[in-house]
Amino acid sequence: MTPDNVVWLIPLPPLIAFFIIVLFTNRNKALSHWVAIGLMGVSWLLSWGVFFRALGTAGFGAQVLQAAVAWLPFGAPSVAGTGPLSMGVLVDPLTAAMLFFVPLICLLIFVYSVGYGNFGRPVDPHDLPGQPPHRGVEPLYSRFFAFLSLFAFAMLLLVVADNLLLMFVGWEIMGLCSYLLIGFWYSRDYSDPRQITPRQAAVKAFIVTRVGDMLMLLGIAYLYAQTGTLSFRQIMYADGGAMLAKLASTPSSIVGLSAAGLIGLLLFGGTVGKSAQFPLHVWLPDAMEGPTPVSAMIHAATMVSAGVYAMLRMFPLLSAGWVSGGPLTPPMMAMAVVGTFTALFAATIAVAQNDIKKVLAYSTISQLGFMLAALGTGAYVAAAFHLVTHAFFKALLFLGSGSVIHGMEHGEQHAPSAAAHGLDPQNMLNMGGLRRRMPLTFWTFVAGGLALAGFPFITAGFWSKDEILADTWAHAPVIFVVLALAAFLTAFYTMRQISLTFLGQPRTAAAEHASENTWTMTLPLAALGFFAVAAGWAGIPEDFLGLNLAGAARFQAMVGKALLSPPEALPFNVVPLLTSLVVALGGLLAGWWVYRRFAAGETDPLALALGPVYGWLKNKYYFDELYDWAFVRPVRWLAEVVVSQWIDRGLIDGALHGIGRLGVAIGDALREYIDVPVVTGAGDRLGSGVKDVGRSARTLQTGKVQEYLLMALAMVIVAGIVLFLPILMSR
Amino acid sequence: MIPLSWYLILAAALFCVGLYGVLARRNAVALLMSLELMLNAVNINLVAFWRFQAPASTGGLMFTVVVLAVAAAEAAVGLALILSIYRQRQTVVAEDVDQMKG
Repeated sequence: MTPDNVVWLIPLPPLIAFFIIVLFTNRNKALSHWVAIGLMGVSWLLSWGVFFRALGTAGFGAQVLQAAVAWLPFGAPSVAGTGPLSMGVLVDPLTAAMLFFVPLICLLIFVYSVGYGNFGRPVDPHDLPGQPPHRGVEPLYSRFFAFLSLFAFAMLLLVVADNLLLMFVGWEIMGLCSYLLIGFWYSRDYSDPRQITPRQAAVKAFIVTRVGDMLMLLGIAYLYAQTGTLSFRQIMYADGGAMLAKLASTPSSIVGLSAAGLIGLLLFGGTVGKSAQFPLHVWLPDAMEGPTPVSAMIHAATMVSAGVYAMLRMFPLLSAGWVSGGPLTPPMMAMAVVGTFTALFAATIAVAQNDIKKVLAYSTISQLGFMLAALGTGAYVAAAFHLVTHAFFKALLFLGSGSVIHGMEHGEQHAPSAAAHGLDPQNMLNMGGLRRRMPLTFWTFVAGGLALAGFPFITAGFWSKDEILADTWAHAPVIFVVLALAAFLTAFYTMRQISLTFLGQPRTAAAEHASENTWTMTLPLAALGFFAVAAGWAGIPEDFLGLNLAGAARFQAMVGKALLSPPEALPFNVVPLLTSLVVALGGLLAGWWVYRRFAAGETDPLALALGPVYGWLKNKYYFDELYDWAFVRPVRWLAEVVVSQWIDRGLIDGALHGIGRLGVAIGDALREYIDVPVVTGAGDRLGSGVKDVGRSARTLQTGKVQEYLLMALAMVIVAGIVLFLPILMSR
Repeated sequence: MIPLSWYLILAAALFCVGLYGVLARRNAVALLMSLELMLNAVNINLVAFWRFQAPASTGGLMFTVVVLAVAAAEAAVGLALILSIYRQRQTVVAEDVDQMKG
C-alpha cells in the first residue's frame, strides 16, 4: 500500500471504535475504553507515520500525498467541461501540521477520560444516567467513549479531506457530536432557573453554529457553481492558481464583491459559528456544561480548531487578488476586524469570570480571535503556528481545570464539616492553595497558563503570539495595538486564575481536602505540559535577536510551503518583541499582585476598581440577554403566536376543520333524509310487521287439539265450497 | 239386495258420529275411539264401493286392510301418548293438554 492510500485509513479507526462500542461492548466499560483508546492509538500512529513520511518527502508542499475516487459521475451542470466530483484525501504541509497534534491530543483526552469517568470505582446506586457521578463510575461511561470516538473520526476526516464537501461532512458530524457531548449530562438541572442546563446548552450550541454552517454551505454551493470542482488542489494550486485569478476577476451578484470575495465571506461565516467568533460566540461558554474532556476536545483539539483550519485551508481563495502589503480583500478584512475585535472583547469578559472553565472558554474565543486576526492580515504561518501551540496548551488547561474540579469534588466529599457540601466546585473563589494538595496538576497548569500568557522564551505560546504580533506590527499597526492589549489581559486573567486556584491559602474546607487524581488523569497533563512548552521550539524565528539559530523556523519552513508562493520571513523587529515581553510579564505580574492575598468572602478587587464596568464584564456585556430579546423571543413569538396560533391553528386547522364540518354536515343530511327514514324505516317496519302478524296469529294457536280439528273441519268446508260451488253452479 | 246408497248413508252417519265424538268428547280415550269410528266409516265406504263397482279387482279390499293396519298402529301410538300424558299430568282430558299454546 502506498503512503497516499494509508491516509485514507487515518480517520477510520475511531469510527470503527464508535460502532464496536455502540453495537457490541456497550455493557462492558473496560472493554469500551480499551477499544476506544486502542483504535485512537492506531489512528495516532498512522498519523505520525504519515507526518514523518511527509516531512521526509523531497519538495513536500509542491509534492503532496493524495488519493481520490470519483464520487459523482457527472460534473457541475453550470460549468462546461468539468470532471466528475471526486472525494479523496490530501496531506499537504498544513494537513501534516494538523496530523501532528490532533490525534495526539485526542488520544491523551481519551486516556484522561478514563480517570475522569471514575473508572475502577464501584457503581454508586445514587448516580443516575445523564447526571455527573458523585462517587461511583460514570453510568454512561461506554457511551461517552463512543461519542468521543465519533468526534475524533469527524475531526480527522475533516483534516485529511481533499475537498470542501468532505470537509463539510466532517464539520457537520462534529456539530452533531458536540451537541451529544455538551448535553451528555442531559438530566442535570440546577436550582437557579437562570443557570443554563446542559441540554439547553447543547441545543444552543447546535443552533448557533447552524447559522454559520448555513452560510458555509451557501459558500460551498456558490464555489461549486462557479468552478465545477471543490477540490482544494484544483481550485487553489492547479495551473499556478489560474482558477483563483478567474474567481477574483468574476463579479458576483453583490456589487463591489468578486466571486472569490463573496465565497470567502460565506465560508468565513461558517468559521464564525464554528470557532465562536463575535457575534456567534455565545454558544461556546455555555458548552462548558459538558464534561471537561469534552471541553478540551471541543475547545482545543477539534471543533474550534476546525474553523480556523478551514480558513487556513481556504486562505489562497480568501486572499485571491491580494499582494503582500497591498489592500486587504473583503474576506481578509472581515477576518481581521472580527478576529481583532473578538480577541479583545472575549479577553475583557474572561477577566471577570469566576468559573474556572468559563475563563478558559472566553480565553479560547479570544485566542481564536488572535488567529483569525493574524490570518486576516496575511500572517498565514503565524496563524497556523498559534493554532498548533494553542491546541496543546488549551487542551492542557482544560484537562487541568477538569483535574482541579475533580479534586475539589473529592475534597467536598471528604471535608469533615457539612459546610463544604453544596459548594460550586468550579468557582475559583472557593479554591485557593491547591498547589500543595495537587502538585502535578499545579505545575502542568502553570506550564499551560504561562504558555497562554506568552511567558517569554520558554513557552510555546510566546513564540506563536510573538509571531502574530510581529506580523500585525508590520502590516496593520492598529490591529497590533488591540492585540497587544488583549495579550495583556490574557496574561492578567491567566495569572488571576492561577492565583485564585492554586496560590494563597485554601478558602474553603473542600479546597483543604482536595486531592490529586489518578495517573490516567495526570499522565495526559504531563504529556501536554511537555508539548505546551516544546511545541514552540519548532517556530523560533531564524534571526531572532540576531542569533542565527541552527534548526530554527522549522515550522515556518514546512507550513509556508502549503501556499503556492511561501511567505517571506519577516525581518527581526525589536518593537513587537519588547511589546510581547512587556504585556506578558506585566499582565502576569499584575494578576499576581492583585490577587496574591485574596481571602475568603472578599469582594473581587477588580469589582471595586472597575465599578459598574465590572458588572458588564461579568454578565458578558449582556449578549445572552440581548440575543434572547432580539432573536429568541421574536422567534418564540413567531412560533407560538404567528405560526402556531394564526397559521397552524387558525388557517390550517381552520381549513381542516371546515372540511371536517362539511363532511359532518353531509353525513348528517344523509342520515336524516336517507338512512333513518328509508333504510332503517324499511327494516324496522319489516320487523315490526312480522311481529304484529305473529302476535295476532298466535291467538289461533290454542294448543288444544280439538280446536285445531275444528279449524281443519272449517277449512275443509270452506275448501269444499270453493271447489264444489263452481261445479254446482255450472250444472 | 241392499242398495249402495244405504251403505253410504250408514257410513256417513257413522262418520258424523265419529266426527262429533272427536270434536266434542273431553276424554282423550274417547277421542281415539271416535277416530276409530271415522276410519271404519271410511272402511265401509271402501268395501261397499268395491262390492258394487269393481268386484273383480281386489284393490278395495287391499285399501281396507291397509286402513285397518294403520288404524291399529295409530291406536297403539295414541294410547301410548295418552298413557304418558296421564302419568305426567294425572289427566286424560284433551282440553287440559294445551302446552303448545302460542
